Amino acid sequence: MCLAIPMRITQIDGLVATAEIDGIARRVRIDLLDKASVGDYVLIHAGLAIAIVDEQEAAETLALLRGVFYETQ
Amino acid sequence: MTELIEEVFIAGYAQSDFSRDDSAVLRLDGADIAFTTDSFVVDPIFFPGGDIGRLAIAGTVNDLLTAAARPIAIAVSFIIEEGLEIETLRSIAASMRDTADEAGVRVVTGDTKVVPRGSADKVFITTSGVGVILRPGVSGASAKPGDRIMLTGSIGDHGTAVMLAREKLLDTQAIASDAAPLTEIVLGLMESGCQVHAMRDPTRGGIASSLNEIAAQSRAAIEIDEARIRVKPAVNAACEALGIEPFFVANEGKMLILVAAEDAEKALSIARSSRYGGDADIIGEVRPAPPGRVTVRTAIGTSRVLGSPSGELLPRIC
Amino acid sequence: MRLSDEFRDPALVRELAERIGRFSGMSATIMEVCGTHTMSVARFGLKSLLPPGVSLISGPGCPVCVTDQRDIDAYLAIGALPGVTLACFGDMIRVPGSATSLERLRAEGADVRVVYSPIDAVDTARGDPGRQVVFFGVGFETTIPAIALAVKVAAEGKVSNFLVYCAHKTIPAALRALLATDELRVSGLLLPGHVTTIIGSGAYSFLADQLGVTCAVAGFEPVDILLAVEAILARIEQGTAAIDNAYPRAVRAEPNPRAAELIDEVFVTSDALWRGLGSIPGSGVALAAKYAVHDASLRFADTLAAVPPPKQTTCKCGDVLRGITRPSQCPHFGTTCTPTDPIGPCMVSSEGACAAAYKYEGV
Repeated sequence: MCLAIPMRITQIDGLVATAEIDGIARRVRIDLLDKASVGDYVLIHAGLAIAIVDEQEAAETLALLRGVFYETQ
Repeated sequence: MTELIEEVFIAGYAQSDFSRDDSAVLRLDGADIAFTTDSFVVDPIFFPGGDIGRLAIAGTVNDLLTAAARPIAIAVSFIIEEGLEIETLRSIAASMRDTADEAGVRVVTGDTKVVPRGSADKVFITTSGVGVILRPGVSGASAKPGDRIMLTGSIGDHGTAVMLAREKLLDTQAIASDAAPLTEIVLGLMESGCQVHAMRDPTRGGIASSLNEIAAQSRAAIEIDEARIRVKPAVNAACEALGIEPFFVANEGKMLILVAAEDAEKALSIARSSRYGGDADIIGEVRPAPPGRVTVRTAIGTSRVLGSPSGELLPRIC
Repeated sequence: MRLSDEFRDPALVRELAERIGRFSGMSATIMEVCGTHTMSVARFGLKSLLPPGVSLISGPGCPVCVTDQRDIDAYLAIGALPGVTLACFGDMIRVPGSATSLERLRAEGADVRVVYSPIDAVDTARGDPGRQVVFFGVGFETTIPAIALAVKVAAEGKVSNFLVYCAHKTIPAALRALLATDELRVSGLLLPGHVTTIIGSGAYSFLADQLGVTCAVAGFEPVDILLAVEAILARIEQGTAAIDNAYPRAVRAEPNPRAAELIDEVFVTSDALWRGLGSIPGSGVALAAKYAVHDASLRFADTLAAVPPPKQTTCKCGDVLRGITRPSQCPHFGTTCTPTDPIGPCMVSSEGACAAAYKYEGV
C-alpha cells in the first residue's frame, strides 16, 4: 500500500512543486508538507509529497551501521 | 495469451512442425529458410526513439536473426484507419526504408487496406520476413548447461518509453525506445564461429519471459546476476516510481544470446564493438536443474525466483 | 546521497544479516502488515537472511486484497453505465469481481483509465464535462490524503462530474480487530512506514501497551526491513513490547497535522467491509456531507441497490490475509489459482501474498 519514492524538489509554485530523480520528473502537490524548499528530498505517492526525507537522520542511520563515528555540527 | 495461442490456434491449425520459436525453419529444395511473421499495434505510433515503422522492420529482422538466419526480405501489410494523415504514413514509410537499409534487408512486397474510422487505431502493420539459415539448430530448446548468457545492452527502455509517451505519468527527456535491428551483432557472431545455441529478442514480457521460455524449452535452469544487468538510471527511476519490474519490460533493440562457455569472451567482444552492443555483458548461465526455473542473484547477494509477467504491465500505486 | 541505493548496500545488508544471526535460537513469527513489504521481502530474497526460527507472514495491508467483493461488483456496475469513465489505480484492473473485471469491462468497450494520481482524474473530469468520472477510492492512510485533496480540488473547481467510490480502509482499527482474535499468534509486527508518515507511530501504542505485541515501523529498502526485524527480535529477547521507529528519516511519533486536517475536512470515519475479515467498526472513511455531490455511492444509489450479492467461492484469501493460512497451504494455489487465472485478489495484486509467493518463491 506504500509505494513511494524519494525525489528532489527542483521548483515550487505555491502548493505545486516539480520533483525530480535521475532524469524523471513529475508535478506534485505539497499540501501535506509543513515547509518545503528547493533541494529537499520528499517521498512521492500518488502525485502527493507525503513526507520530507530527513537527510541528516538518513546519514546518521547509515553512519551507525557503517560503524563510523558521526559528528554533528 | 499463451492459453489462447495453445488452445485455440495451435490446437486449431498447427501441425507437428509448428514452431514455438519466433521463426519457423523450412527446408525448401535443399536450402534452410527462416520464416517469420509479426504484427505491430503500438500506441502511440510515434514515440521517443522510434515509431511503428522502425519497430516493424527491426522487430521482423530480429526475429529472423534469433533463428541464426541472414534476413533477406520483408513483406509489409498495412491496415489504415480512414482519415489518417498522409504525412504520417510518409513518415512511417521513410522510417521503414531507413531501418531496412541499416539492416541490409529489402521490403519486397506489401498490401494496404483502409478501414472505416474507429475500426482500427490509426495504423496496424503486419510483416512477414524470410532469411537464409546460417547455422541450423539455434533455438530456444538448444540451450546447454554451462552456456553463458549474454545480454547485448540495457533493459526496459522501449516499454517504459512507450508507456510514458502514451500515459504521460511522468516527464522525462531521458528515456527512449531502443528499437534497432541487430544484424551486425548476430552476423558477426555467426562469422566468428562462436557456438551460439539459442537467441531471443526479449520483447513483450521482457527478459523474464524470454528466459523462462528458454528454460522451459531447453528443460534447464537459468541463473542471472542482477548486478550485471544494466538499467539506465531514468528507466530505473520510472519503473520504481510506477512499481514496475524492469525484467518484465519490453525491449526492441536487445538480444539474449546463449553461447558455449569457451566462446563467451569472444562473443562479448564482438557485441561490444558493434553499434548497438556497447553495453553488452554476460549476465548469467545455464544450469542443469531444476528444469524450467529462472533464478536471480539479487543486487544484495540473495537469491530469488524470476517468474514471467502475467498480462499487461500496469503502474501500481499501492 | 542517493537515499535508496544506500539502503540497498550489500555490505550493510550482510552486516545486518550477521547481527540478526545472533537470534538464531529464537522462535518468532513476525507479521508484515503492508503489501509493499511483502513485495520488497520477496524481491530482495530477504527471508533467506533470517534465522531459521524466525518466520514472516503476510497481513492485511494489500488494498486490492482487502477490497470486498461487494465493493468491486459495485464499482463494476457503475462502470457499465453509459457516460461513465472509470479512473483507478493500475492495481485494480485485473481484480476479479463476481462476474467480470475492469480489464474485461474495458475490453468490452467501457471507458476505464489507469491513473497515477487521483488529481489527474479530476483533470480528466474537468476536460470532459459530459462524462461522469468515477474514481475507485482504495488504499490506506498513505493514499487517503491524495483522494481527499482530489475531492477538495474538484469541489473548489466545481468539477461536479468527478466522483469517488470510497472503499478506503485504515490500519490501526484493523490491527486491533486482527489481534483480538485468538486465531492469530504473532510475536511482533512490521508496521507500514509510509502509512505511518501520515498517522505517526504513536497511533500504534495500544498494540504494545494494551495487547503486548512489539512492533517496529519499517521503511521499504532491504536495510530498513532488516533494521526493523532486528529491533523486533531484540524486544522479544528482552521480553518487552514497544513501538520502535526503524524509519526515522521519514517517520515521527506525531501524525502529519496537515494530512489530519485535510482528511477531517473531506471524510468522516465509518465502518468498512474487509474481505476475509468482515465489517470492522471505524476502519474506513466515507465522504463528509459537505462533499456529497462527489460521492458515487449517492449519485449511483439505484444502480448499486440492484447489484446482486457476491458469489460464494472457496477462495481462501480471507484466511491468507488474517495470516492463518500461507499461500502454499491454499488448495487453489498454483493449480486453479495462478496470476494469469486468479480466483481471488491475493493472486491478482502484485502485492498479494499469493502473487508474491508465486512469482518470487516459485510454485
